Amino acid sequence: MAKQLMKGNEAIAEAAIQAGCRHFFGYPITPQNQIPEYMSRRMPQVSGCFLQAESEIAAINMVYGAAGAGARVMTSSSSPGIALKQEGISYIAGARLPAVIVNIVRGGPGLGGIQPAQSDYFQSTRGGGHGDYRTLVLAPASVQEAVELTQEAFDLADIYRIPVIVLGDGMIGQMMEPVEFGKYKKREVPDKEWASTGTEGKRKPNIINSLFIDPDDLEKENIKLMNTYEEIAKNETRAEITNAEDCEILIVAYGTTARIVKNVIKIGEKNGVKIGLIRPITLWPFPSETIAKYASQSSVNSVFSVELSTGQMVDDVKIAVNGVKPVYFYGRTGGVVPLPEEIYENVIKKTGGAK
Amino acid sequence: MTEKIIIAGFGGQGVMSLGQMIAYSGMTEGREVSWLPSYGPEMRGGTANCQVIVSDEPIAAPIISEADTVIAMNLPSLDKFEPRVKKGGNLFINSSLIERKANRDDINVHYIKANETAVELGNSKVAGMVVMGAYIKTTNVVKAETIIESLKKVLGEKKLDLIPINEKAVEEGSRQV
Repeated sequence: MAKQLMKGNEAIAEAAIQAGCRHFFGYPITPQNQIPEYMSRRMPQVSGCFLQAESEIAAINMVYGAAGAGARVMTSSSSPGIALKQEGISYIAGARLPAVIVNIVRGGPGLGGIQPAQSDYFQSTRGGGHGDYRTLVLAPASVQEAVELTQEAFDLADIYRIPVIVLGDGMIGQMMEPVEFGKYKKREVPDKEWASTGTEGKRKPNIINSLFIDPDDLEKENIKLMNTYEEIAKNETRAEITNAEDCEILIVAYGTTARIVKNVIKIGEKNGVKIGLIRPITLWPFPSETIAKYASQSSVNSVFSVELSTGQMVDDVKIAVNGVKPVYFYGRTGGVVPLPEEIYENVIKKTGGAK
Repeated sequence: MTEKIIIAGFGGQGVMSLGQMIAYSGMTEGREVSWLPSYGPEMRGGTANCQVIVSDEPIAAPIISEADTVIAMNLPSLDKFEPRVKKGGNLFINSSLIERKANRDDINVHYIKANETAVELGNSKVAGMVVMGAYIKTTNVVKAETIIESLKKVLGEKKLDLIPINEKAVEEGSRQV
């Protein structure tokens, strides 16, 4: 198929349709409005259901219902809207249902602003709602990758029966880049034998539930979840590695920030400083082993986490590096996006540059 | 080849569409492209800008620190983005709406009577295409034919009658540089 020039938001919506998503429930918020807009136009063409709910809370509970009935279902929102959805996401995790949630992050806290941010890292990777659960978090850095990861998100959700979050920011939602559909190779997914679809008198009813009053039962459920999360961590952890072999400074950055860091690498080359980049593609599970491996190279004098926040992922980077090398942070927040030169200067200032 | 362009003006002047046409044309001609808009509550009369990169190589950051070209359609845009033109780069100033001259002497400055020319052609809405003509004549980033082809896609079949005046606007613009 020929390349198309598309906004990230539109591309995510089309990717969902092509992944077989036929149910979308949402509520408007900038900077992700092109997703529901696109869905409202496109869903009727594929006999799907687009519904603008009365609130974010209603939307996520519609997702819960559709997922329980075995549908491929998605919702999308931006930071404050995702915060409202957290109770529902916890229920979906507790009931072990597959669903895809897109968060096109804007600056916070509170209503914050509408410009790009990465300040929902904690919210996304630490569960976000109540209880002992995780969500698989995918962080695309280009519109093309947003397409492929959105398609894969549906397969991952089905394989592991968990909510999967596609975490973008305002920049990736709003920017246009060429995309090609049809590149993603579908993964094998199990039948949804657990879905509540009507018994036709032929089997026992399937019950979708996250309430387990007996502590022993609830512990069993939690252990099931824990085992699933361990399997995910083993099979699905992913990162892109650029220039990290024998680098002097190792930067960890995700999403669009990682692209800015790629320009920082070039500035380093001009100045004789070898900068490497590890870009986590899955934020949870976090690519700790990869980071530890590259950080422990004798050439590396320090590790940096660069984010559009006041420092969130840096905690995970510190855990991964485990004191082997000093870990520093640089970030801008509130919707401010740093330029490559600014990142470079701050990295050099902190680390003293090359050895 | 990597060309980094910032196009800025009032909302309603078509700066977003100009950028999209350049990006689309670059893609059609087999290049890597990115188009990053300013977004927010701006409407007609507010300020808007987009950053476009056309390159032979994969594009890292879609944001532009130093632009090869800045197109300023109004005064606030000139004030804001003139310092962002790299040394030896191009600055296009819509002299129909901007009275002041450029402050810098280390860049190539082009004064384009975008609105006057558009009105003379009979449709004030093609002011952006006048600047487009001047821009592609100067930089050769994409071909004029590709721009017109991409405009056909943008306009759709119902508005194909607008193509001739846009072609004229591009031609007139190319004469002003």
